[in-house]
Amino acid sequence: MAVVTDEPKAGFRLGMLIYDTRYRSITIQIVVLILVMAGVAWLVDNLLRNLAVLGRGIDFSFLGNRSGYDINQTLVEYTNDSTHARATLVGLLNTLLVAFLGCIAATVVGVLAGVLRLSKNWVIARLMTVYVEVFRNIPLLLWILIIFAVFTEALPAPNAFRGENPAASMVLFDTVAFTNRYTAIPWLIFDNSMGWLTLGSVYLNIDLVLIVAALVGGFFANRAILRRAKRIQEATGERPTTWWQSILALFGPISAVFLFLGTHVDAPALQGFNFTGGLQVSNSLVALWLALTLYTAAFIAEIVRAGINAVSKGQSEAAFALGLRPGRTMSLVILPQALRVIIPPLISQYLNLTKNSSLAIAVGYMDLRGTLGGITLNQTGRGLEAMMLLMLIYLVISLIISGTMNIYNNSVRLKER
Amino acid sequence: MKATSAPFVRREMLAPAAPPITEAGAVKWLRENLFSSPLNVILTVLGVGAVVYLVSHIAPWMLRGVWNAGSLSECRQIIEARYGEGVTGACWALIRERWPQYLFGFYPSELYWRPVLAFVLMLVAIAPVLFDALPRKMLWFALVYPAIGFWLLWGGSVWVPVMALAGFGVGYGAAKIVQPIAGAILGGIAAVLAPVLWWLFLSGPAAETLQSVLPIALQEVRSREFGGFILAFTIGFTGIAFSLPLGVLLALGRQSDMFIVNKLSVGFIEFIRGVPLITLLFTASLLLNYFLPPGTDFDIILRVIIMVVLFAAAYIAEVVRGGLAALPRGQYEAADALGLDYIKAQRLIIMPQALKISIPGIVSTFIGLFKDTTLVVFVGLLDPLKGITDAVRASTDWKGVYWEPYIFVGAIFFIICFGMSRYSMYLENKLKTDHR
Repeated sequence: MAVVTDEPKAGFRLGMLIYDTRYRSITIQIVVLILVMAGVAWLVDNLLRNLAVLGRGIDFSFLGNRSGYDINQTLVEYTNDSTHARATLVGLLNTLLVAFLGCIAATVVGVLAGVLRLSKNWVIARLMTVYVEVFRNIPLLLWILIIFAVFTEALPAPNAFRGENPAASMVLFDTVAFTNRYTAIPWLIFDNSMGWLTLGSVYLNIDLVLIVAALVGGFFANRAILRRAKRIQEATGERPTTWWQSILALFGPISAVFLFLGTHVDAPALQGFNFTGGLQVSNSLVALWLALTLYTAAFIAEIVRAGINAVSKGQSEAAFALGLRPGRTMSLVILPQALRVIIPPLISQYLNLTKNSSLAIAVGYMDLRGTLGGITLNQTGRGLEAMMLLMLIYLVISLIISGTMNIYNNSVRLKER
Repeated sequence: MKATSAPFVRREMLAPAAPPITEAGAVKWLRENLFSSPLNVILTVLGVGAVVYLVSHIAPWMLRGVWNAGSLSECRQIIEARYGEGVTGACWALIRERWPQYLFGFYPSELYWRPVLAFVLMLVAIAPVLFDALPRKMLWFALVYPAIGFWLLWGGSVWVPVMALAGFGVGYGAAKIVQPIAGAILGGIAAVLAPVLWWLFLSGPAAETLQSVLPIALQEVRSREFGGFILAFTIGFTGIAFSLPLGVLLALGRQSDMFIVNKLSVGFIEFIRGVPLITLLFTASLLLNYFLPPGTDFDIILRVIIMVVLFAAAYIAEVVRGGLAALPRGQYEAADALGLDYIKAQRLIIMPQALKISIPGIVSTFIGLFKDTTLVVFVGLLDPLKGITDAVRASTDWKGVYWEPYIFVGAIFFIICFGMSRYSMYLENKLKTDHR
């Protein structure tokens, strides 16, 4: 910024608001503020006048009314007698479910594809390049529609699995059946299920809570063990053997919980014309999940490739010169530096995936957009309220994801003096 | 002393021996690139297996395709007659019969020359922007093109776009008049204010008057008749053209020291980036009427374009902000040391470098924008992917066709998006100034 060196002699003149750099920024800000406020006032005024013409106000009480429609896939108890708020919750959970599954699968596929694209193997590297370019340059909606069409058109009906010489067969050692209506997968059955815990209007599945607690506890116990090992190594130079402790910490609690709940695996089996047992996942979820995964993974692959390329060769050479083994070179030298480049764009890919899951309407998966922004909106005619709520929820999800990931990003950031 | 026999002295070089067979030619390449380790052998076998599997399943189906048929059942009959009972194949005849619909939607067929002409002129208009080997005078055409394109696509009186263009002339004239009297800054303000006033209050009546005096008009085409790829191109390219400047402004706002400007930019960018495009499109189609004076109703394509522009601009703002942040502080300080004011410093020193760094991000935002034009189907417009395909499938002739339209539309999107990403690489290479 240009700096005024000699103080003007005369006092304040009106022209100085524009020509004096000391006041100009204030002038600009006030003008901008006035313009924005005028714009907002105009919009709000129009809104109020329009609502007055229509004879109604902004009212969220429709959320408490009976919804009256069914949802084919729900994570929590829901009937068409439930309220619109409950339907919204079901939609939100469905959105979160597909986003969560998609993020995990996309990360795995994306990292694999990114690493393989750098492989010296000519065939694999070319194959991955083709995959990435094809998926990145074609709209996601097309992938969702194509994969859904594969599921509904190309797959056999459940009754094709019948008979001595069935036209179709189950895959993965006869545990998973892809049919044109649903995908039947094995699922866990708890003999000593703990049932539901009711806290006011919130229902909690105690089994699920126990499992999550065991997983989280194991994860933190493992971290404590590794931290202790590191402390001992820094103090004495000897690293204690931790692998059996880690295994115990990670898998002990969850095994105990499963044992306690009397868990056994229930595989889907054909009975009559349909599969029973196991879990029947609707094809809209599977297709949406696969499409989101493959599409986002192509972007993640590029991010991973760029991240690995960004670590200079000298780093690995220096690590080898210090006598580090290849595995430790990767985990102690290359990855921490590559992750620093990878994580910020990875976060925005997770956000994109979550937002893209709103394309679920294309395959009829009842996510937040399908319940609150779809049927609820059409039934109640409360477009304004429903859309505001919808946007608010998406905004909060986005902010939460980016907030958590930023905390993680800060922890791996280069600590500069 | 006389030697009886001369010692052996080699007088010419031996020809080099041929390398071992495993170290030369194709064998060496294969060993190094495909079979260098057990893992690589497995990967190669898996990769080749996957390719063979996919090709052997898809290629015959595509090659058996029929190009001349009137309906899907006729397609199937021809294929079964040709290759035997139960054999399936692609029915490309669908594309052959319906491609005008895929390109133009329900645009009146006797007016197809207009979008075609608009498309050709668009190529002429963007050529000088893309390739600087072309004469710079062509840029003037690029500036006038939006009005021409609008008139050709929607039709109506020629004076509406002409008067809209005249607004820029009004702005220029206002600046020329005010600047000598009141100085550069007030001149700049006048250059912004005068055209806005012109567009709001004068250009409409002026166009009407001129139309009554000198009626030149094309047949009007309503937005609902648009569809297919002209819709995708109209939304995509208008979005690209307008989101870049808006995105740059937002990025500057976010980098600004001015508290209010900064916070407004941050709020806008984070809001737009936090919600899915679909919800914004729904807002445009369902709720915008709530926020406009009662009784106003404006064009659905225009609303969609506005939302798409706002959406892409927020993303571009973040990309450009990255470019601005990547510039060394010395560049800003050097600009100040030269005594350049803010606008000059941005124009001559900061922006050229920041935009150069941001090219890959900007182009991938554009690619995303173009792909997102398919989402307009959810607000009832006929995008080529789902809108037109559903319309085609609704006819009895083509009921049950699944893959062919998707492959056709996907291929066109791929060509355009892949072309854009290649162009960005070409541009990056051309502008590269480091000597590594």
